[in-house]
Amino acid sequence: MTSTLGTTLVLGGLLAAAFGAVVGIEGGLRHRAGALKIVLGAVTAFLLCMLGANLTMVYALVTHDFSVHYVAQVGSRATPLVFTVVSLWSALEGSILFWGAILAVYVFAFARSHRNDPPTNPLLALGTMMAVAVFFAFLIAGPANPFGRVSPVPPDGPGPNPLLQNHILMVVHPPMLYLGYVGMVVPFGIAVAALLRGQLGDAWMAVLRRWTLIPWTFLSVGIVLGSWWAYAVLGWGGYWAWDPVENASFLPWLTCTAFLHSAMVQERRHTLKLWTVSLSLASFLLTILGTFMTRSGVFNSVHSFTQSEIGPTFLVFLGAVLVVSVFLIAVRGPLLVPEGTMGGVASRETAILVNNLLFAALTFTVLLGTLFPLVREAFSGVKISVGAPYFNRMAIPLGIAILFLMGVGPSLPWGRASPETMRRQFLVPAAVGLGVIILSLAAGLRGASTLLTFGLAGFVGTVTLREMLLPVRVRMREQGEAFPRAVWQSARRARRRFGGYVVHLGVVLVFVAIAASQSYVVHTTATLKPGERFQLGSYTVQMTGLRDGSDPHRRWTAAEVRVTDAGGREHLLAPRMNFYERSTDPIGSPAIRSAAFEDLYLTLLAFDQAGPSASFNAWIFPMVSWIWWSLPFFVLGALFAAWPERRRDRAGAAERVSVPSDARSPGAAA
Amino acid sequence: MTSVTRNRLIALGALVVAGAALAFIAFGNIGKNLVFYWTPGEMLAQGSKAYGPTIRLGGVVQPGSLRWDAGRTHLTFRVADSDKQGAPSVQVVSSETPPQMFRERIGVVVEGTFDRSQTFTSSRLMVNHSNEYRPPKPGDGPDRWKTTVSAPTAEAR
Repeated sequence: MTSTLGTTLVLGGLLAAAFGAVVGIEGGLRHRAGALKIVLGAVTAFLLCMLGANLTMVYALVTHDFSVHYVAQVGSRATPLVFTVVSLWSALEGSILFWGAILAVYVFAFARSHRNDPPTNPLLALGTMMAVAVFFAFLIAGPANPFGRVSPVPPDGPGPNPLLQNHILMVVHPPMLYLGYVGMVVPFGIAVAALLRGQLGDAWMAVLRRWTLIPWTFLSVGIVLGSWWAYAVLGWGGYWAWDPVENASFLPWLTCTAFLHSAMVQERRHTLKLWTVSLSLASFLLTILGTFMTRSGVFNSVHSFTQSEIGPTFLVFLGAVLVVSVFLIAVRGPLLVPEGTMGGVASRETAILVNNLLFAALTFTVLLGTLFPLVREAFSGVKISVGAPYFNRMAIPLGIAILFLMGVGPSLPWGRASPETMRRQFLVPAAVGLGVIILSLAAGLRGASTLLTFGLAGFVGTVTLREMLLPVRVRMREQGEAFPRAVWQSARRARRRFGGYVVHLGVVLVFVAIAASQSYVVHTTATLKPGERFQLGSYTVQMTGLRDGSDPHRRWTAAEVRVTDAGGREHLLAPRMNFYERSTDPIGSPAIRSAAFEDLYLTLLAFDQAGPSASFNAWIFPMVSWIWWSLPFFVLGALFAAWPERRRDRAGAAERVSVPSDARSPGAAA
Repeated sequence: MTSVTRNRLIALGALVVAGAALAFIAFGNIGKNLVFYWTPGEMLAQGSKAYGPTIRLGGVVQPGSLRWDAGRTHLTFRVADSDKQGAPSVQVVSSETPPQMFRERIGVVVEGTFDRSQTFTSSRLMVNHSNEYRPPKPGDGPDRWKTTVSAPTAEAR
């Protein structure tokens, strides 16, 4: 029953998407104004089908209907309710289904907010997005169908992957990444529409920019949360390993970030049009490649990839999108002629152009390192991987150069900077940067690239704060406003600029945190009996005993530890090992004592009940938590920049006035 | 007009040179940082090519080969292609505390380097994650689970 309902809904979605794609693209190419209403209907139908299919699956999961293939695969009566619902995205088929729902919500939101625009552009964009939706609906209906029937019906299932049940971050982190990934469909549709029409005006460019900022924000949050999850749950003592799955989310983030910058050049100087559009297409291609890499099992081995049924389908889709993109850029791209010119060498647009080239170089190196083992294995059958040192050696210099440009770009004017301006703009920030390096040296810190990062962080931080506060000072002087009001007013008047600088501050924070936590890490391992202790940095770690316990879905053994810090304060920590009923391997939970400037990170490596004794892995990571503290900067900055503009507010107000009866409806009263 | 064209050509040339340099450095760096996935048999078949590069050696801990040195600081064991008699195997030295699951017959992946003395020096010791499921009986405590899961796992990778 549930299976039939789910499959029917997915097939309905497939039909609606195919219909919408054909009507949208055909109507857009022939400028049929009436088609937009029809496409809007198809989009709504697709949304209802996808939401319905997802709700059906959640219902099957919650009621433990093991006759449904996906429930039999990831469900378990012992799993707590919240993790049962979350298991919707804990395995391949469910996550693709969830993906479909997010896609539908995005396309619907886009269709709603552009339903009154001149129809040609929205039609072409929606047609393209619905064409992508056809692929995903097909994937859910066929190769990755979660609604298949299982017979005989098993009494219970294995439960989701224990790693996914181990921490609440798993509830938040994947949806954020999906929202980031799937959201790239919208800018892709907008960019394809621009190419199909062969023109990209300022208005459509603003649409493209706004709809890129949304997935960019989710992707940023998803990446930071993902590294936090790896740090707090996986217990290997790190947050980023250049793993293919991590790279998959990082690659589109890079091209998307490059896009947000080149879009400013396009807006101010009306040039770099084709490059900007290409970045949009590349971001979408990289998200599809990322999904393929993370979801097809291709990275366990090229040879295991034939076992995954969605691998070949995805590869075909990836190839089709690539061919269409290259074709559109080659054939329609020359129509996007630049209407302006670049300024001088010392200008903001040149700084942004160089920034874009660096982002492209970083994307290339990460992509190369990620795909190299696949290509090598496919051709020579040799199983290899590319070690983290490759990524570090390539990414650190490029990252430092990007950090440097984050200070240079905002200091330079558009057009051309005179030597006098440059001296005035750079003197103070450069002095601050040098001061930071000297202070760090005096504090006994060493390491060339680390100190360079700190110095550049000082330089960029000074530039960013100055650019944020300069207009505030002018307002305070000229309007006589108090400081908080002046900040608010000046920020409100240049929201994208202000939001962008807030994000820059967050990025500086991340750079400093990564440099410090990688360079000044302290690590040791020890095996202790109760009462024994070891010293790590300024901490004394003493084991007091072992303790067993159980939750409904797991049992655990914890090593109880008393940590004494430099100030003589005591903290009780309990790194533990969890045993899930259905998993052969125990899953560790590290214990972390987090302070403002460093984390003490303890994992339980092994224990012996008979001794009793326990073996620990212990690290001190300086400043690592600053990486997660960058989250509010990313979110607030992006929210500030992306908040609908006043023109929209007025339109909204007019709508509210025109339907006064709504205010008296029971729904509004309640 | 011609100066614009010339500038564009210069810019394009610079880009091509920069791109080529980047590709050259990247490929050079990749070559130096490859990690090879081999079983003991495959690694031994490489001969002297196996001395030097980082290797992830996957196999099974040979029964009866586990030895601790006097101070319990170094652990030696043999990793074999499979737990059959006579399967090719390699001596491994690890100075790391092994993870909880580590024992004879279990699938392991050790990362490290191999040298002329025919000893594999491990810098990282991982128990092979197996998804094989052996149901515990009702009433089994965590200790019991640990023994049910300790049964030999399938071949590494």
